[in-house]
Amino acid sequence: MAYSTQPIKLKYLIIGGSAFALLLILTLGTVIVLWLNADIKDALSPSDWSIIRFTISQAIISAIISILIAIPTARALYFRNFKGRQVILTIMGAPFILPTIVAILGIIAVWGRSGYISEFISNFNINPLNIYGFTGVVLAHVFFNIPLATRFIVQGWAAIPIEHFRLSAQLGINSSGISQHIEQPMLKSVIPGIFLIIFLLCISSFAVALALGGGPKATTIELAIYQSLRFDFNFAKAAQLGIIQFSLCAILGIMTVMFSKPVQFSSGLDIKIERWDRTHFRYLLFDIFILTFVCLFLFLPLLSIFIRGIIPIFSLPNTVWIAAFNSILVAIVSSIISIGMAISMSGLIVRVSHKFPITSQTIEIVSFLTLAASPFIIGTGLFILLFPYISPFTIALPITALVNAAMALPFALRMILPAMARAEKNYGKLADSLGMTKFSRFRIAIWPRLRRPVGFSAGLAAALSMGDLGVITLFAPADVATLPLVMYRLMSSYQISAASGVALLLVSLSILLFWVFDRGGQLEHNIR
Amino acid sequence: MNKFINIAAGFLVASATTASAQELPKLTVYTYDSFVSDWGPGPAIKKAFEETCNCELNLIGAGDGAALLSRLQLEGKRTEADIALGLDTNLTARAASTGLFAEHNSELKNLNLPIDWSDDLFIPYDWGYFAFIYDNTKVKNPPKNFEELIMMPDDFKIVIQDPRSSTPGLGLLLWVKEAYPDRAAEIWEGLAPKILTVTAGWSEAYGMFTEGETDMVLSYTTSPAYHIIAENDETKSAANFDEGHYMQIEVAAKLSSSKNPELADKFLQFMTSDGFQSIIPTTNWMYPAVLPTNGLPTGFEKLISPSKSLLIPSNKAQDARSEALSEWLTVLSQ
Repeated sequence: MAYSTQPIKLKYLIIGGSAFALLLILTLGTVIVLWLNADIKDALSPSDWSIIRFTISQAIISAIISILIAIPTARALYFRNFKGRQVILTIMGAPFILPTIVAILGIIAVWGRSGYISEFISNFNINPLNIYGFTGVVLAHVFFNIPLATRFIVQGWAAIPIEHFRLSAQLGINSSGISQHIEQPMLKSVIPGIFLIIFLLCISSFAVALALGGGPKATTIELAIYQSLRFDFNFAKAAQLGIIQFSLCAILGIMTVMFSKPVQFSSGLDIKIERWDRTHFRYLLFDIFILTFVCLFLFLPLLSIFIRGIIPIFSLPNTVWIAAFNSILVAIVSSIISIGMAISMSGLIVRVSHKFPITSQTIEIVSFLTLAASPFIIGTGLFILLFPYISPFTIALPITALVNAAMALPFALRMILPAMARAEKNYGKLADSLGMTKFSRFRIAIWPRLRRPVGFSAGLAAALSMGDLGVITLFAPADVATLPLVMYRLMSSYQISAASGVALLLVSLSILLFWVFDRGGQLEHNIR
Repeated sequence: MNKFINIAAGFLVASATTASAQELPKLTVYTYDSFVSDWGPGPAIKKAFEETCNCELNLIGAGDGAALLSRLQLEGKRTEADIALGLDTNLTARAASTGLFAEHNSELKNLNLPIDWSDDLFIPYDWGYFAFIYDNTKVKNPPKNFEELIMMPDDFKIVIQDPRSSTPGLGLLLWVKEAYPDRAAEIWEGLAPKILTVTAGWSEAYGMFTEGETDMVLSYTTSPAYHIIAENDETKSAANFDEGHYMQIEVAAKLSSSKNPELADKFLQFMTSDGFQSIIPTTNWMYPAVLPTNGLPTGFEKLISPSKSLLIPSNKAQDARSEALSEWLTVLSQ
């Protein structure tokens, strides 16, 4: 698989190598810092153990519930043809760019003690719901992960050749037969991967536990790290918890990389597939029920954000606009760093891969490193590392941009590396034979093939950074904030109306940033 | 259009701040969030001090009590803060041991505190009693002590603050410890099912109470004064506990790293003067450390006065805190 006959030039080694080095410093480097600072001798207290137990158990329950709801949802979505199906599928891809804190506000508006549901059931003299603690954390995680799980399972269905269903119909196999021979084997192959990914996402949950946790009973490890740094000034404790978190994520990360299949955003969802076995009214009713339930569950909180935010958004204080400016700046810088790292790493990998076939393994190793070293581990490590030399508070925004860039790197690499490999393979030799060198070679031969994946991953990186409420909570000085942090502060002082306005602004800006980058990548190159 | 005006205004404000900072000396005070809020003492105190000091007073909300202290420890000698305002006697020993604070060198003779005050670093500016606040139109028979609170019906909920981050939260921890030295863990076990949530700071908890999310909230005996005076609303009361109420004395101190030590001293003097103290009762809703010349505002006479006041001396509070905290964490994390 020789993509290029050029020898590996020093500059590729330097550029690509420094990108790798930066990644290693951010991930493994910070973990080593934690290790050196952790008070390993100090045994874990009973409350530490209950934090670990809570972190794991909420993640298991969240993953199970999300998958149990996603299975029938995916089946109904895949086999029923109705108006709005494509819309639902599209919106199901959105939670990726939905800022966590915005979703939390929406969930409180619907499920909180004075939310829509509590208000409704109070008519029947039922006590208001209490979502603070375990329930709230699981509820929010299920909210985020149903769409994810559903998309994965729909892809599982889409991978089954349509002939299987035709053949089943011809042979008169009923629903339980189809379930046994087609659905169950498919689920068995996709669910372990989905379970691990959701489990991993919930293990490293911070914002959800911060806003909905409600005390020592519902504290995740990341929240405990935050508390020991912010309240107790206890580096050793933070580092100790950080090592535990890293080990947990590392084990899961390895398992995820081993078990999960790469996500393929297949476009074949428009093929009409009849399930002749599911024409009975009973099944139709069930499918309608499950889709209605899931849509209400997912869209009501989002709708409430819009309804509650649309008026206050016009009277937000100036501090909010300054924070919005900070957030956009951080998002753009983080997106540029992330893409820059991905392109330089890809450039190096493509060049060395005719000697060492390492393309796919690299993506996996990078994904694994960033998954295991959660943003909080990186943040805490940098905090401890930088503290003796410079006040971490003065460089809060650059650090946030850097950490967010690292978090988006696996996605960017997954999109950009294959595209660059293809471009080198198809046009590299031609470009060489035409004597193109240096920048013009990249600009004319390679770049047009990278535009789309670069645009998409830049948009994703920017949106992820825009909505991030993690590292910034550790570093932010009182007078500097990003939009999610301003929103959290408003929620903390119970200015729900202003917080709703910020929520709407935040989600709009995230979508706008994603859209601008993604569109930018799709423009024809004559507008260059 | 509005947006752009706001953004433009934002930049103007930002650049104006930098411009004036070059002309006038700037005094930075780290305090808790509710102090700097629009309805807190911050705006009035900024105005009053700036009229006399020929300086710019920069009040920054840096989290409640312990969070404020940790913040200062994290920033260390590099901190921009000249003054920390909003620690209490439960934290002063821990704060003093950081070595970050400087002596105030002033005589404090005119204080009106329920206890004698002698501290080289910290100067009190207000005080109060912790108490649970309830809506007297909804709760007809409020609990008269912790035991009764535990026996309240299952759906009766309270919101408290995290003792690790907030001074009222820490106050409650020591309140239970002081009222029930040997049974504190048992009391917390009883209270645990009553706790709707534990918030990081006071503002969040009190907000939940005024929004109707909870039946009672941990605050101060003086909190109903806010509703009586500012809102003409007498529906909020403090539950009078017969075990006695734990006391809070809020203090401020100068950072030894301050680049404006004279200005900082000036602020500390101002803090115990009438100009500052007369603002406290109706903005911070606490008893002033020095009684203003006009006395307490009307409405304060309606507040409950605890039968007994509890306070662990500041030099013992540090040890009491660690013991009570690990008890609390163990019970509440089950």
